[in-house]
Amino acid sequence: MDWLNFAFFLEKAPSGGMTYLGWLASGVLWTLIVSICAWVIAFSLGAVLGVMRTTPIKWLSVPATIYVDIFRNIPLLVQMFLWYFVMPELIPTAMGDWLKQTYPYLLTLPFAQFSLWEFTAAVICLGLYTASRVAEQVRSGIQSLPRGQTNAGLAMGFTLPQVYRHVLLPMAFRLIIPPMTSEFLTIFKNSSTALVIGVLELTAQARQINEYTFQTFPTFIVATAVYIVITMTVIFCMRLLEKRVAVPGYVSQGGH
Amino acid sequence: MVMIDIKGVSKWYGEKQVLVDCTTTVAKGEVVVVCGPSGSGKSTLIKTVNGLEPFQKGEIIVDGLSVGGKDTDLAKLRSRVGMVFQNFELFPHMSVTKNLCIAQEKVLGRTADEAHDKGLKLLDRVGLIEHKDKYPAQLSGGQQQRVAIARALSMDPIAMLFDEPTSALDPEMINEVLDVMVELAHEGMTMMCVTHEMGFARKVADRVIFMEKGGTILEDCSKDEFFNTPRKPRTQDFLSKILAH
Repeated sequence: MDWLNFAFFLEKAPSGGMTYLGWLASGVLWTLIVSICAWVIAFSLGAVLGVMRTTPIKWLSVPATIYVDIFRNIPLLVQMFLWYFVMPELIPTAMGDWLKQTYPYLLTLPFAQFSLWEFTAAVICLGLYTASRVAEQVRSGIQSLPRGQTNAGLAMGFTLPQVYRHVLLPMAFRLIIPPMTSEFLTIFKNSSTALVIGVLELTAQARQINEYTFQTFPTFIVATAVYIVITMTVIFCMRLLEKRVAVPGYVSQGGH
Repeated sequence: MVMIDIKGVSKWYGEKQVLVDCTTTVAKGEVVVVCGPSGSGKSTLIKTVNGLEPFQKGEIIVDGLSVGGKDTDLAKLRSRVGMVFQNFELFPHMSVTKNLCIAQEKVLGRTADEAHDKGLKLLDRVGLIEHKDKYPAQLSGGQQQRVAIARALSMDPIAMLFDEPTSALDPEMINEVLDVMVELAHEGMTMMCVTHEMGFARKVADRVIFMEKGGTILEDCSKDEFFNTPRKPRTQDFLSKILAH
């Protein structure tokens, strides 16, 4: 049963002063860090953009719509290349040079075999791309609420921002927990595209281990299992959250 | 003293005119019932009073303030005019008590204690004190609408607008809501009510406005005149149809 031999994971890997298991663990660590940092950007920016799209104010809704149309419709892989290779060439030369020559060495990332710049580009790219998808979920959540709710809030003397804060968003966020769970899962899976710009996250590490050891089956089965554990944990946590914030007696109009 | 003064109000949705030169007034302490067939603009008219529906022509003055006016603080004006909706529109994620307190605190700046006392007093008044910790979805339609009335009253309004408050209710629940409204009327609240409940109109209305398809006010007269000697043949026709049984 050669293909079920996992012992090689404990052998010393050629670089980074770690075992192959260490490589794998650093991959898991950076998958988590990249995804969670990107999610923070995606969620906050996406919520703001989603709200902007639903306001009756043109100079708020139009830019948000343009943003969503651009970021949602360019393949994520292309966006990775755009941020990493093209963006530094588009900004003023001095800034571009600083990004390429100084910025990567400002901070040495622990257990990583890539620089701060690769990490930053990956987080920005994944965050801004996912923000466009989150924005659409937030928009549809808000728009699925009865129009009368806005009127009721306004009639009580709330300003429009207060209507969003106290009336619309608390319900909209509850309603969109299931689709947001899906976006949150997708960000962990999409973080694997960061390997094309040199971020050694889980998938990249698995590939690297495979290249050095030719232990294809055990390597990728472990990587697969780790992805499943991560996503199952996310699903579990989001279910808990959904239960915690459930409104007593409330059944959404979608079904019973 | 005129509380609500509607002067020559017209409104269009694109090409389509939905309110045609509507003029009427509601005096302090007066109860005015607005009725008419669907599509006559009753709900639209009542929503122009607190600026939920903008209008293109004419003027509405509420307690001395122009609703469409450039310098009018619309949020402040709205906080002084209570409104009750056809579909209740309680905030589903808040308990009944929170529904009654939130605007008192956030809009009027009352302390949590003041708001709570006031809210519970009104809840008691509409007979729902034992439901104070429930959520809207756990109440019947009639109970939700009574909470909605209490919520509007919690702001100490100078006038109340009712937009078909019983149209979405099961027949059995209509009376519990009308009872609260009758009581309010007897206490001297200024009320403008869009409703088909002619029994309510007979009991407490001072005046009845009849609107016709296309958004015109066809009849605007005292209750007795409206029910006993309506001037327009169309009003007689409408009354004969809805009072036939």
